[in-house]
Amino acid sequence: MKAVKLCGMKSNGTTPPDLSVSLGRLTLKTPVMVASGTFGYGPEYADLVDLNQLGAIVVKGIASQSTRGNATPRTYETASGLINAIGLPNPGVDGFVREYMPFLRQYEVPVIVNIWGKTVEEYEDVARRFSEVDGIAGLELNVSCPNIKEGSALFGTNLDLFRRVLDAVRNATPLTLIPKLAPNVSDIKAYARAAEAAGADAISLINSMPAMAVDVKTRKPRLANVTGGLTGPAIHPIAVKLVWEAAGAVSIPVIGIGGITQTEDALEFIIVGANAVQVGTASFTHPATALEVTEGIREYLMAQGMSSVNDLVGTVELP
Amino acid sequence: MFAETVKVLHQEEVQGGYRVLALEAPRIAPGVRPGQFVHVRVPHMEHAVLRRPFSVYKADGEILQILYKDVGKGTRTMTYLRPGDRLSLIGPLGNGYPDMQANARPILIAGGYGMAALYLVARTRPVQGVAFFGGATAPDILCVDEFRGLGWDVRITTQDGSLGRKGIVTDALDIWWKEEHEGAPVEAYACGPNGMLKAVAERGMERAWTTWVSVDRNMGCGVGACLTCVLKVYDEQGDWVWKRSCKEGPVFESREIVWNEK
Repeated sequence: MKAVKLCGMKSNGTTPPDLSVSLGRLTLKTPVMVASGTFGYGPEYADLVDLNQLGAIVVKGIASQSTRGNATPRTYETASGLINAIGLPNPGVDGFVREYMPFLRQYEVPVIVNIWGKTVEEYEDVARRFSEVDGIAGLELNVSCPNIKEGSALFGTNLDLFRRVLDAVRNATPLTLIPKLAPNVSDIKAYARAAEAAGADAISLINSMPAMAVDVKTRKPRLANVTGGLTGPAIHPIAVKLVWEAAGAVSIPVIGIGGITQTEDALEFIIVGANAVQVGTASFTHPATALEVTEGIREYLMAQGMSSVNDLVGTVELP
Repeated sequence: MFAETVKVLHQEEVQGGYRVLALEAPRIAPGVRPGQFVHVRVPHMEHAVLRRPFSVYKADGEILQILYKDVGKGTRTMTYLRPGDRLSLIGPLGNGYPDMQANARPILIAGGYGMAALYLVARTRPVQGVAFFGGATAPDILCVDEFRGLGWDVRITTQDGSLGRKGIVTDALDIWWKEEHEGAPVEAYACGPNGMLKAVAERGMERAWTTWVSVDRNMGCGVGACLTCVLKVYDEQGDWVWKRSCKEGPVFESREIVWNEK
């Protein structure tokens, strides 16, 4: 319904299945990207991962001006998860373009820049400036970082603010635009529909889940920011449910994010309606996770006799 | 930097809960410089999303050794590793200690497993000097014979007086400075708890030493992506910036670090 069905032919078992996917005007070679905040700006993992084999790199969030981020401790490991409150330290648009784009332009991999701001005007400014930068494949709109004291998370959990920032950014850039949805809303479908109505090319979900941990010896929070966002395998089933709901509500492509550590996790997202996925925290554990998942999807499609990953999208068999 | 599946060669308890783990790491081991670390995916801990960082104790050819203490869930699980087991390693990571300045007199200051982390420093300095080892009690004093075998003058301090002088490691350092040091510029290398590092750094700055400290911060990815392990470092304008201890560190010259926060 929403993915481009390339062909309905059965794979003959020798032709490798087609893994390419379309996110609006943007075509990715594979459906497996690396998620914002978990892969730096690219160079950090270049020794360990062939960046050109990734569907896309979504770089860590960039704002209009450089920021330092939160005090430490910034992360705390929990059962099957990680709570973080890094606070979006960033080099600003100019710093990012100067320090990292020359490196990223050496690769064929599409670069999607995650952007954020504290005001609608800041979002607009960042989007406009990136529109003029060579080598940017798209923008992921971070309206849902839980670790910024003002602004960001509110844009993701207040439907009116969400629409306002999205309209402003849409008018400011012709680039492929992907709002990243917050999980902590009462009706994810409303946000998905609002994104589609505002002209988003795709939506991605979920961002981290607001969370907290306390050291019982000192009775102090584990994070300097007191609360943070939970990521990792612990949130995967939550993400699957929200992706399923969002995908059922819109006809633009959906990107599933949340706790992917193995092929099966990515397949779940695709089966409930995601056209593509992002691997996040698992890159910390095993930097090559995204590539192993890509290979796993290929093998699964061959075993299923499917010629394209698009054939699997939204094929969940409900009771 | 490599990601490598390595084989456990052996592991043994040295003393007091401290263990040495020897690994066959043909890609990682040959490139290790003193002060660098490796990031270990601890087997049988699927619920843990983060690797665990360990200083390299020894690196000889394709074999590297880690000296660690059983202090938490990760290290407890590591005690069950047996010869032939395999584990995933990323390394070598971090900047490590730089080469020593000509004509300097090296001293080492270490607490607990910091002693093991300074072994490669001791082995690669062009001249030997005094090594100050401190710990709570005798079993916390490690590798003494090995440092002496390399020609270092090891001075031991324990808080309970069970081995060497009773007191803390900086007591012995202060006595040496007062009574023994000669004119040569001092280049100090320190590894141990953060409180010890700060005490050593204060002395180094006061006494015009070049003082290299290896900081111990909570670490996430180990490769500079997650920004968990940052610490405040002065920039050229005297303002502070965050630096990643996994990438720009873990070794910093003491004057770079903002020691008194708040």
